[in-house]
Amino acid sequence: MKNFTIAKRQIDSISVLDISGELDAHTASQLENSLKALIDEKQFKIIVNCSRLEYIASAGLGVFMAYIEDVRGLGGDIKLTNMNDRVYNVFDLLGFPTLYDIHDDEQEAIGGF
Amino acid sequence: MATKNNIHTLSVDSSTKHLAEVRDFVASHAKNVGLSEKDISEIRLAVDEAFTNIIKHAYKNTASKPVTIELGFNASQLWISIMDEGEGFKPDEYKAPDILKRIKNKQRGGMGVFLIQKLMDQVQYNRKGQMNEIRMVKNL
Repeated sequence: MKNFTIAKRQIDSISVLDISGELDAHTASQLENSLKALIDEKQFKIIVNCSRLEYIASAGLGVFMAYIEDVRGLGGDIKLTNMNDRVYNVFDLLGFPTLYDIHDDEQEAIGGF
Repeated sequence: MATKNNIHTLSVDSSTKHLAEVRDFVASHAKNVGLSEKDISEIRLAVDEAFTNIIKHAYKNTASKPVTIELGFNASQLWISIMDEGEGFKPDEYKAPDILKRIKNKQRGGMGVFLIQKLMDQVQYNRKGQMNEIRMVKNL
């Protein structure tokens, strides 16, 4: 079975989650727990760096859907960066690029906060 | 895993822990048929979404229920059938999700059927006795 892993970094007031592997209905709860933990710690400026994300299913996108309103309501955002073309295509098919702040590069996203 | 002529079969129980195995099963056969990387990733995602919907909706997250995946091909198409014995899906009652509205309401889900329709060339839902079948076709 392929793994899904999450590592957390802090850049000043911004929390970065580096996600790797395959994000599906089986692994989505790991991302959900990490996002919940950040919100509980009042870390509302969040970047999810997808450079090592190989695959995403709609269950993965569902996690972002469930938390974006809360985080934005608290003055933060969940910005997504460094997606490969296959992963971006899934977000695109569902119209996410107009609803989420998606950047090619993490530095751009940092500048957007 | 069983093989008969150009038909390959995988039987698993209704648990998300089998998602990667199911995706890899269809991807490896699609690769052998000679499909492009783009087509293979679309098939992987469509099958993932269909299997996830069976677990969530047909079996309402009850694990250990039977799911069978069949994959076959001929000169013009590759088809995948996924069969379950849970509650049937009514495609006529399905509406494409309004993602913005769902985000506002902090809802998730409802995207799988929409994605399957976008990713595959034909999608059919059949009920045969107690069995549901989703049949998805990719033209070669």
